[in-house]
Amino acid sequence: MAGLEKILLQHPFFRGLETRLGALVAGCCRNVLFEAGGYLLREGAAAQEFYLVRQGSVALEVSAPGRPAIVFLTLGKDEIVGASWLAPPYRWTCDARAVNPVHALGIDAQCLRNKCEADHDLGYELLKRCQSMLIRRLHATRLQLLDVYGGASP
Amino acid sequence: MSAVLRDDPFVPQLYRVTRRTPEGADTVTLELVPVSLDPPAVSAPPAVPAPEAFLVPSEFSTPATAPAVLSFQPGQFNMLYAFGVGEIAVSLSGDPADRTRIVHTVRAVGAVSSAIVAMDARAIMGIRGPYGTPWPVDEARGRDVVFVAGGLGLAPLRPAIYHVLTHRDLYGKVAILVGMRNPAEILYRPLLEQWRARLDVALEVTVDRSDPTWHGHVGVVPSLVSRVDFDAANAIAMVCGPEIMMRFTVNALSDAGMPPERVYLSMERNMKCAIGLCGHCQFGPSFVCKDGPVMSVRRIGSLLAVREV
Repeated sequence: MAGLEKILLQHPFFRGLETRLGALVAGCCRNVLFEAGGYLLREGAAAQEFYLVRQGSVALEVSAPGRPAIVFLTLGKDEIVGASWLAPPYRWTCDARAVNPVHALGIDAQCLRNKCEADHDLGYELLKRCQSMLIRRLHATRLQLLDVYGGASP
Repeated sequence: MSAVLRDDPFVPQLYRVTRRTPEGADTVTLELVPVSLDPPAVSAPPAVPAPEAFLVPSEFSTPATAPAVLSFQPGQFNMLYAFGVGEIAVSLSGDPADRTRIVHTVRAVGAVSSAIVAMDARAIMGIRGPYGTPWPVDEARGRDVVFVAGGLGLAPLRPAIYHVLTHRDLYGKVAILVGMRNPAEILYRPLLEQWRARLDVALEVTVDRSDPTWHGHVGVVPSLVSRVDFDAANAIAMVCGPEIMMRFTVNALSDAGMPPERVYLSMERNMKCAIGLCGHCQFGPSFVCKDGPVMSVRRIGSLLAVREV
């Protein structure tokens, strides 16, 4: 098993993926390093590459004129940065900034989408994993919006 | 005070506030010691205290060396009485090894808590307790320990954290996960910074809403569970915070492999008597005051999402 493929299959997002499918995904993969302050994603840009974080922290933020960028979520080791590559118009809707040096696997989104179209086993497997991640984040966002710490004393 | 009154579980003992530390806009930490009721130079107070009897004259000084009657177990609570206003249950939040004072952190959310939060140093309040079940710090010996605190829920957990860190060699890995509303409202911030500097503790703080001064985690505290290293098969988790936060945290711990019998929550219900008589704090078949506040998810997990409880 090649180095990238091995790293890929050790990442929790792809853990347990069939070796044949792992090889397909690894073909769209590269190792990347972002220095602190570097941007993994920029709002409005085409969603060409998403990232599996191996080390470091990433702040998802939205900027507005006249005020500092608002960080609404931080992601760390073993998490996925970028979901808008999954659905048209394939455009990022926030910035993703490296809080500290970030080691990640970058995955070419177009390459992966093409392989999913050609091999529905891969497509289904990938969508199941993405769905799980998205539902987890939806639940967390719901809790975040509830402002639960504004209430009574425990 | 007569022996009858002294033994009456509903008669509070008088305590004096010796230190008041603001913890943000609506929260304070109060340190308290017992007021001596037997000063040699003045006559005894009436046997049946009228409201004005609680205005303790200045001659009733706090003893230089407070009696060692201030023992409690991590997780227990006291009933705090603001005279003329009412009584509320508040968890003890100090170091259980410190027998010279008791510590309560209180947020102003109602009439009684607002009256307590407004108290200055030297103010007098009534205290009954301690009551309730403790955090399982003995059962946790030899295991990894995961503390998950949300907002003011850090206060009831703090005595257990003090205990575990004081007896650090008796435990495995220790993780402390803290969720707060925003950076400005981080409770016990200097203490968290002190704990975070230790090499034998993994401490992570996240906020629901960040500001430009904040460079830490942003997001909800259950999300931190998957980011710390502990052996789920051999760990104990102690969780305290708003009930919604605890439900999400229970799910995250379950996803991480923690069995329900080793996940403990500190529950909150409206308490009146605190000794299992009145039923105000009933939670399903349990009374939070005497069967809790600390209970395992094995015991209460099925009730957590039931609205009618």
